Amino acid sequence: MKDLSMHIMDIVQNSISAAANLIEIRIRIRKELDLYQLDILDNGKGMDEEMLSKVTDPFYTTRKTRKVGLGIPLLKMNAERTGGKFRIDSTPGIGTSVLSEFRPEHPDMLPEGDLEGTIVLLCHSNPEIHFIFNYQFEENSYCFDTEEIKEALGEIGISEPMVYPMLKELLKSNLEETRK
Amino acid sequence: MKPEETDKTKPIEMATIKSLDDLRKIKSEVQTKLSLRERSNHPEQLVQIRVAMATCGIASGAKTVMDYMVNELDKRNIAAVVTQTGCMGYCYAEPTIEVTIPGKDPLVFGYVDTKKADQIIEKYIKNGELVEGIIPVNYESIEGK
Ligand SMILES: Nc1ncnc2c1ncn2[C@@H]1O[C@H](COP(=O)(O)OP(=O)(O)O)[C@@H](O)[C@H]1O
Repeated sequence: MKDLSMHIMDIVQNSISAAANLIEIRIRIRKELDLYQLDILDNGKGMDEEMLSKVTDPFYTTRKTRKVGLGIPLLKMNAERTGGKFRIDSTPGIGTSVLSEFRPEHPDMLPEGDLEGTIVLLCHSNPEIHFIFNYQFEENSYCFDTEEIKEALGEIGISEPMVYPMLKELLKSNLEETRK
Repeated sequence: MKPEETDKTKPIEMATIKSLDDLRKIKSEVQTKLSLRERSNHPEQLVQIRVAMATCGIASGAKTVMDYMVNELDKRNIAAVVTQTGCMGYCYAEPTIEVTIPGKDPLVFGYVDTKKADQIIEKYIKNGELVEGIIPVNYESIEGK
């Protein structure tokens, strides 16, 4: 994975496959603490302990189409490589949280990548899922919440293709503002 | 056209969308544009596209392809739903997409980049012509995840 936005796409795809209808993506950046925190939480079907213990192992997946699951081990590796931390918690029937911490000053830190494109594509193609994207940069924060967006759009569906570039612009300009 | 009416063919000004209020303001403009389109609302008449968005697909550029598809199908006025799916089992050929034209069997295309995506839209979706890169479908693996 070349950047963090790709990891987000990957981990959120797991949440979607686990039938979540609420997915929260939280990013918290604190320069003075040398901290970039990325948390992804879902209310999907969750995993039991046995599975959870295997899931950070790159040779484990429940899929029959390929022998290895890579998404979680890759994120763990990329976080730990910067001197950061990784944790995954899950409760069957309740949901899963994937918590990662990066040290952005480390030379192996991944770039953020196309956050707005990734988030908006997820919201566009999964209109039935409630997404909350919370971006905290130092003291500033911005929250992109699909329930609020749906309310603002009224009769127009969130997955209407014409709305797609608009949501991207909305998120992009607000992320830029938050990073100031 | 009355002078106060906005030009319906003019593209919507993206730079002005910075808040939920801006979205609310632009709503009627979007609705006018949508109503001008003679598109069917019946899901079974839409072209369905599924982009494989598991680790291997993402790493090889599936998001770029999906973004291109959503934008281009809209620009070319083709009624379609573009969704993402987990691994379809063709990791060797990522990015892969599955295209279902109403009334036809799904086709899976491999090694899709924006150039190939353009051909798929112009040749296969618009004209029903086959393009290179079709993967023989193993239905079991498609239902796998
Ligand atoms: N959010 C989640 N909820 C429930 N199960 C999950 C979740 N994330 C991962 N899993 C399970 O762990 C497995 C391994 O995930 P991952 O390492 O991302 O590999 P892959 O998705 O490529 O199989 C998945 O196949 C799935 O069964």
